[in-house]
Amino acid sequence: MATTVTRIEKLVGKRLRRKEDPRLITGTATYVEDIKRPGMQHAVIVRSPHGAANIKGIDTTKAAALPGVSAIFTGKDITHVGSVVCGADLPGLRKPVHHILAQDRVYFVGHPVAVVVASDRYIAADAADLVEVDYDVTQAVTDPEKALAPGAPAVHPEWPDNTAFLYHQTGGDIDKAFADADVIIKQRITSQRLVPNAMETRGVVAEWLQADRALTLFTSTQIPHLARTILAGQLGIDENRFRLIAPEVGGGFGSKLNVYAEEALMGFITMKINKPVKWIESRRENFQVTIQGRGHVDYFELAAKRDGTMLGLRLKLIQDLGAYHQLLTPAIPTLSVLMMPGLYNFRNIDADVVGVFTNCVPTDAYRGAGRPEATHGIERMVDLLAAELNMDPAAIRFKNFVQPDQFPFPTATGLNYDSGDYGATLQKAMDMIGYDDLRKQQAAARAAGRLMGIGISTYGELCAFGPSPATPAGGWESATVRIEPTGKVTVHTGTSPHGQGQETSFAQIAADELGVPMDDIIVLHGDTAIIPYGIGTFGSRNTAVGGPALYYALQDIKEKVKKFGKMLLDAEEVTFENGVCRDPKTGKEITIQTIAGAAYRAMKLPPDTDPGLVATKFWEPSNFAFPFGAHIIVSEVDRDTGEIAIKRYVAVDDIGNQLNPLLVDGQLHGGAAQGLGQALWEQAVYDDNGQLITGEFMDYCMPRARMMPWIESSHTVTPSPVNPLGVKGVGEAGTIGSTPAMVNSVIDALSTLGVRHIDMPLTNEKIWNLVNGAKA
Amino acid sequence: MIANAFDYTAPQSLDEALTLIGNGAKPLSGGMSLIPMMKLRLASPEHLVDLGRLKELSYIREQDGELHIGAAITYYELESSTLLLGKCPLIAETATHIGDIQVRNMGTLGGSVAHADPAADYPATLQALEAKIVLRSATGARTLSTKDFFLDTFTTALEPGEIVAEIIVPIEPGLTGTSYQKFRQPASGFAMVGIAARIRQQAGTLSLIRIGVTGLSGSSYRATNVEAALEGKQPTEENIRAASALVGDGVDASADLHASADYRQHLATIYTAKAIRAALSRSA
Repeated sequence: MATTVTRIEKLVGKRLRRKEDPRLITGTATYVEDIKRPGMQHAVIVRSPHGAANIKGIDTTKAAALPGVSAIFTGKDITHVGSVVCGADLPGLRKPVHHILAQDRVYFVGHPVAVVVASDRYIAADAADLVEVDYDVTQAVTDPEKALAPGAPAVHPEWPDNTAFLYHQTGGDIDKAFADADVIIKQRITSQRLVPNAMETRGVVAEWLQADRALTLFTSTQIPHLARTILAGQLGIDENRFRLIAPEVGGGFGSKLNVYAEEALMGFITMKINKPVKWIESRRENFQVTIQGRGHVDYFELAAKRDGTMLGLRLKLIQDLGAYHQLLTPAIPTLSVLMMPGLYNFRNIDADVVGVFTNCVPTDAYRGAGRPEATHGIERMVDLLAAELNMDPAAIRFKNFVQPDQFPFPTATGLNYDSGDYGATLQKAMDMIGYDDLRKQQAAARAAGRLMGIGISTYGELCAFGPSPATPAGGWESATVRIEPTGKVTVHTGTSPHGQGQETSFAQIAADELGVPMDDIIVLHGDTAIIPYGIGTFGSRNTAVGGPALYYALQDIKEKVKKFGKMLLDAEEVTFENGVCRDPKTGKEITIQTIAGAAYRAMKLPPDTDPGLVATKFWEPSNFAFPFGAHIIVSEVDRDTGEIAIKRYVAVDDIGNQLNPLLVDGQLHGGAAQGLGQALWEQAVYDDNGQLITGEFMDYCMPRARMMPWIESSHTVTPSPVNPLGVKGVGEAGTIGSTPAMVNSVIDALSTLGVRHIDMPLTNEKIWNLVNGAKA
Repeated sequence: MIANAFDYTAPQSLDEALTLIGNGAKPLSGGMSLIPMMKLRLASPEHLVDLGRLKELSYIREQDGELHIGAAITYYELESSTLLLGKCPLIAETATHIGDIQVRNMGTLGGSVAHADPAADYPATLQALEAKIVLRSATGARTLSTKDFFLDTFTTALEPGEIVAEIIVPIEPGLTGTSYQKFRQPASGFAMVGIAARIRQQAGTLSLIRIGVTGLSGSSYRATNVEAALEGKQPTEENIRAASALVGDGVDASADLHASADYRQHLATIYTAKAIRAALSRSA
């Protein structure tokens, strides 16, 4: 008897609510802080209050005497533990050996000096206060340009020039481009240090089972497998006896794309004391010792013809690295170099990067990682050129865009842009906002003395990391599909979603391919004992690299399902659609659920076929993917106070095909909020002694819901040819696109006062001073 | 971010609380400032006495032509009190400028007054209202004007063993217009400057004007020079601007990462005019 197929509707592309949300919004998700183990001890870390100092002595006597204290460790105890790993390599890169506890000196505020372990966290905190460290304070340097000046204090005595590396990249013929130029625009542009501020701070629970020589470590990370490999090396234990679990992770934004001293330290402690140990990072520590983003001083020079044609771009990039290298610290500015041409059709670039040590916490990947800085740079330079030539900023962009027939487009920096129609996104954004009419309104506003601005950003992004040869670790991703005997489906992904929503979007892919209900699918991730090796979540790669891995695993398992279907239907050929195998000759059908039972019961097997229904795929991308878009912001500046009002925000983003537009909206809105945060409010400010003076939310201004504009969002869809899903990645796009649109808008508003450039953040006082200064 | 160990008492009566405080315990009200300071170990009191639960400090009532507000009344209770909205709307309005809903549910008027944060909102409002602050200790009570109470940055006339027990504000005749205008420090939401204005008009001139200022300097104050410049005058835009420009005269303006002294002075001028205009629009 044939069954009737009822569900034909595809789920990919649908605006579905997230499967992961019920546990999050009912407060029942398990974060590291929620994990308790029998006999668990608590660690509190004693940290340097100084930006630079020599350690003359550490006295732990009083702390050790406090009842409840089980152990105290200092630098001398951990010399056999591997130092913090930098996975990036550049020619001539100087790598400071950064021990997990300081040895004879400290070089940033928050540098771990000792760790106190006690039966509860309160005792540990009290005991940490009793650890007496005798410091000989030395001079610190926190500004990267000052650090490069002769005679600056040396962050590391062995390298008095504070230079970690010099990196040069060139493409085309930059000298000719500048020789041919009618106009050369020069501008110093900074991208200030930002604090990632994931809602969940970091945290670790480590448990050593001595009899098994086995370590279990829960940590709030974006890269469980890579972290396990690295930590196993640091701790000198077998990787296969080391289970690393990323439980619910409350955001990362790149700050957890890292392996930190505290993770190895907790592994070390549990192995020493033979009891489980927990460390939870305080918000203050999160500000001070978790990596920060950006930290650029960029000197741009743009060569162009008088008709607006861009010829070439020079960049001197000064990267504030901080005091040592975290996992990818030195690699981040090289991503800026890769994206420095933006969406524009010029083939001549020259970039000099200098990586500078400062007495600050290291910079590393933060949402966009290098690309926002590059995009801000080129999008500012295009506006400066337009202003110089008295051209419309939209017109100059249209004139210079890489054209649709040029794809795949090899850039001067060695990338190969996959697909796009940059003019179409900008045109759509202009149509949505009514650009021509808006310019008329602006002219009227200006005539009335109002400061109204229109800012455009046309951004491109390099994401979906990435081909393995172009990444510090592998760039592939893994997926496993298990169809259980009842036909329920378990998906394993090597990515490690922590807010991106792949438990939903990956279930959509599997539901469509296998023809089973969404609710029959679960997506597991983040546990090295369960999930085959994966690379993790960063660089907008989950969907664009993890997605295809899943897609191909599903193709494999469908083949096997069809083999069983053919056998069970006694057919020569079968089709498989909507969860049903069908013999086109007889019309007989059998469901995937029945097939699954038969595949495990294995009374009979198809030729050359093993029992069970499991498929694993490791998928290597052939290229990055390159989303793009156009953001336009209309703003008005209050002359009296310097306040900036965002009047309209139109965003047209092309991220290729969309699996779930609701998730896309969430990513773009959150990204735009973070990008506006950089443009308007956020800044990690250090004083000359290395103190972070914006080290709490009272002084570090995070974007709030009430500060957000309504975002009028739309899309164009240019599928990526790099992967079978045609997706490009959306995790960072909003962050990259929003910042220059905001800044360009405010500078446009002030352009009648002669303002050409303003460094971020655009604080009210900075704006007021410009308005006020212009009046004087 | 973990406080030192401390004892905690939730007393049953105000007398019990005052005895404990007389013996050196530290009063805790909403905890919106004290608890964060304790968590950062900037404050380490050995004994906290929780005033927030005392019914005796939790009231808003009309009495002898004035409004009496218990110190433990929360910002939320202030902003939602129909009595205050009807008879002293400035005090209700001020609460809407504070923090977020969570803070307004916890923070108290008495706590804010006693803490005397130079950027807190209520000191400006109480200055403009010419409020009276009732202090109590185990041995007695006294009532001070805001001028005599707010002395300096985080410094008040409170003696050891004393607490802020009650705030007394006037019932405003229907013709009084009031407004609190605030320029937020973008990160914390505290007042970069906050200006409270209270105005009465008679026959086209200002018969009464009171201006309370917070955020500009180390302590809240009444801008009597602005008041003097406008009292008895017509509230023309020109007069308002000229008077508002006096608000920071002779004041040592604060400077920090978020605003220089010059910018704060400028904002105070702009916001004084803004508060006066808003108050005018509300006074018949």
